[in-house]
Amino acid sequence: MKHPPPSRYESVIGLEVHAQMRTRSKIFCGCPNQFGAVANSQICPVCAAFPGVLPVLNREAVNMAIKTGLAIHGQLRLFSEFSRKNYFYPDLPAGYQISQYELPIVEQGHLMIDSPTDKTSKRIGITRIHMEVDAGKSLHEGILGASWVDLNRTGTPLMEIVSEPDLRSSAEAGEYLKKLRAIVRYLEVCDGNMEEGSFRCDANVSVRLRGTTTLGTRCELKNLNSIRNVMRAIDYEVERQIELVEHGEQVVQESRLWNADLNSSRSMRGKEDAHDYRYFPEPDLPPLRITPERIEAVAQTMPELPEAKSVRFQTQYQLSAYDAGVLTSSRELADYFEAVAQHTADLGHPNPKAAANWVTVELCGRLNRDNREIQHTPIPAHRLGQLLAMIQRGTLSGKMAKEIFEILFTDGGDPEQIVRQQGLQQVTDQDAIVQVIEQVLDAHPEDVGLYLAGKTKVFGFLVGQIMKASQGKANPALVNQLLQSQLLKRG
Amino acid sequence: MELSRLSLAHAADLLRKRSLSSVELTRFFLTRIEQKNPELNAYITVDEEGALAAAQAADARLARGDGTPLTGLPLAVKDLFCTHGLRTTCASKMLHTFCPPYESTVTRRLKEAGAVLLGKTNMDEFAMGSSNETSFFGPARNPWNPARTPGGSSGGSAVAVAAGLCLAAIGTDTGGSIRQPAAMTGITGLKPTYGRISRFGMIAFASSLDQAGPMTRSVADAALLLQSMAGHDPLDSTSIDAVVPSYAEALTAHVQGLRIGIPAEYFAEGLTDAVRDAVERAITTFRALGAQCIPLSLPSTPYAIPTYYVIAPAEASSNLARYDGVRFGYRCENPKDLQDMYARSRAEGFGAEVKRRIMLGTYVLSSGYYDAYYRKAQKVRRLIADDFQTALAQVDLLLTPTTPETAFLIGEKNNDPVRMYLSDIFTINVNLAGLPAISLPCGFDANSLPIGLQLIGRPLQESTLLTAGQAFQQATDWHLRSPV
Ligand SMILES: [Zn+2]
Repeated sequence: MKHPPPSRYESVIGLEVHAQMRTRSKIFCGCPNQFGAVANSQICPVCAAFPGVLPVLNREAVNMAIKTGLAIHGQLRLFSEFSRKNYFYPDLPAGYQISQYELPIVEQGHLMIDSPTDKTSKRIGITRIHMEVDAGKSLHEGILGASWVDLNRTGTPLMEIVSEPDLRSSAEAGEYLKKLRAIVRYLEVCDGNMEEGSFRCDANVSVRLRGTTTLGTRCELKNLNSIRNVMRAIDYEVERQIELVEHGEQVVQESRLWNADLNSSRSMRGKEDAHDYRYFPEPDLPPLRITPERIEAVAQTMPELPEAKSVRFQTQYQLSAYDAGVLTSSRELADYFEAVAQHTADLGHPNPKAAANWVTVELCGRLNRDNREIQHTPIPAHRLGQLLAMIQRGTLSGKMAKEIFEILFTDGGDPEQIVRQQGLQQVTDQDAIVQVIEQVLDAHPEDVGLYLAGKTKVFGFLVGQIMKASQGKANPALVNQLLQSQLLKRG
Repeated sequence: MELSRLSLAHAADLLRKRSLSSVELTRFFLTRIEQKNPELNAYITVDEEGALAAAQAADARLARGDGTPLTGLPLAVKDLFCTHGLRTTCASKMLHTFCPPYESTVTRRLKEAGAVLLGKTNMDEFAMGSSNETSFFGPARNPWNPARTPGGSSGGSAVAVAAGLCLAAIGTDTGGSIRQPAAMTGITGLKPTYGRISRFGMIAFASSLDQAGPMTRSVADAALLLQSMAGHDPLDSTSIDAVVPSYAEALTAHVQGLRIGIPAEYFAEGLTDAVRDAVERAITTFRALGAQCIPLSLPSTPYAIPTYYVIAPAEASSNLARYDGVRFGYRCENPKDLQDMYARSRAEGFGAEVKRRIMLGTYVLSSGYYDAYYRKAQKVRRLIADDFQTALAQVDLLLTPTTPETAFLIGEKNNDPVRMYLSDIFTINVNLAGLPAISLPCGFDANSLPIGLQLIGRPLQESTLLTAGQAFQQATDWHLRSPV
């Protein structure tokens, strides 16, 4: 944020997330639910809304919506219905979008987030989750005076997850999105990829004077294709609205299109707001009835969710809340950590805290530098586990371990073998270390004298000289211990 | 032997005995269509090649002795059932060259049962009309008097059956579109329970009301066709997943002790004397057969027309949005831009009645009007259904006239849509309630025009309708009268 808003204003933010569900087939026909295929190759008469064809609801999509509803502690409606949202657009073949409108499958859920603003845990209400169908894509490039339509995406099942206007800053919005995205990824109902549009977010933003309770006029921000953009667009919008209010002007309710390159948004008025969607219940689909038994069966398939996992990590591995939070931010990262911890334990040197450190600091840091996700780590968990066990065993110093780590990251391989090949093994042979100590002490008689006269500060200097003389291979703990006794011998 | 009046069972028997081949029978109808269709305009498309190929295949099966109930029987279907590779127009300029790349469940099941499809019959454009006059291909004409309409919207199917241009036909009924033309052409028309027959591949007019059904020269024929078409279809989520009983068995049951309700509201103002007299004579016939006829009331009856003309156009306005010139169907010449393409393709591709209903439907769904029209209509629809449920708890069937009057002149009601809509006043409520009903020939007026009576049953009780209908046709010969 360039200028922090004057503190007498408060921003009120609600998010609408469209999550594409990772079902095998589309929501209303048997076509594969896949991306990246040749245009219009993944379609059938239902996708293209040919005359007389009918939608058939995909059970897997319903189960995914149930799963998500359970994960956000929502109320599941045993009776929900689909409606038609009518409007003309070439990438909407039927002339209507089938969407749950009056009776959505999930209502009244919530998520807990750690508010970066208040430094507290905060409950963010989720008004509803409803199922709907994605539209195709219009492509306006290529030929002059015409457009192409690709219907491959038509029929992709979507969940629209609508939050309450409970968020008070762009940072909270970012936190909420991260949490929600982690959940849909944990559940494997959505891949959460904002850049590719499988997890899309619109933000409703308004401002009001702090202490007031009525909501200001809101604007809807669109085209936010990363969490960073969501946050930037909110900051821009909050500033824009405050400026308007400060100048005694009115905020106009409208949709605004975010332009990440220009770092600003522009009004979409006249395009979106003129629509009367003429919603009415979809007569081709009977109301959706789900049974408590079905909900229970879906609940049985739920994986451990981030919050529960974090609590378990704190008790089972004695991790800090922070580390547990970082490690459980994605299922893959949590699984990786657990595999590393398990492997070091199997090698007889359990140290989950060290494992957590190495995973969150070294590995994640290194992956970040390469812009890689944990799924694409070049170091398999058992190799990192091996490395950690070697540190525990005292075979490697922390410094050496980092060198091996870098080799593992760039070239791969077995850490034991690398150590042997590079001669990096830590020297734990007492006689060898004593020999080096003797040489160093002989070379520094004044310092020995100073030490014996009570100037113990030189001890650190001597350790450094010994480590240097051993090319860093001497076990530092042993050096400390043996230097002490060798110095005393000279007293 | 008059081939043009053969019953399905009789024809099937002749084919099985090899005293007649399917090719012979098919050629007979193709020739007859060639002679009579120019005047009657019953068919939009005649599929001579496809029909003869199917007939040959049927003869081969029959020769092997493994015929199914409909093997080799030449039928006609309304031109809104999608037929793979065969033009399906919905009698609209919008689809006048449309060739579906898929098959409707109804035609698929008929073909699987062995039927030979002669062609696609004329109808009101998108099934919107009560006289077959809104067809892009011109009106079908009533064989009893070609100056008159055969009713609609399944007018072409009715004409083809009445005039012997097929053994039997399939129609669809959204507000009376099977029963009203059946009554006006002196044939039997059955609208099954909503959901009894799959709507997949049947071009939609009003999804919550549309239902396919047989149009035949006898109740026995209707039973046979219903048997082949009924049953759940995974491609239609609104089709009912219930066991399909043997309808042939229903034909052998008795009407002794059957309770038939006579709703007073159907014998009120607007009903012509000729129709009233014929229907009252039919009531006497049922009494004579041992049925009990009980007067009762369906007080919500007067609300049916306004309710229907909110709900059906609302659904139609949305169902017909897909005809936008983008992927199939008519596209205007040289569109300036997208908006122009939408506007002109639809303005040029749809006829006046279709546009009227799209506008009506768009209006009643608009914000600010939704509650006053669409939502209220849905509530009234529920009241109408409740009324029927109450009545049908006391009786097994209801008996009414099918239409208030006999076939009217072509052009007579063209400029007065509301008068035209009243033609369906006795049939529309049945669609709103989703019930099964059948129209049976029960007499003629002074102009020798046929009169129909309607029997209305409980949900999924088509068998009761067939039992009563069969008993009536065994006691009368109205259904055997032929216009040609
Ligand atoms: Zn498809």
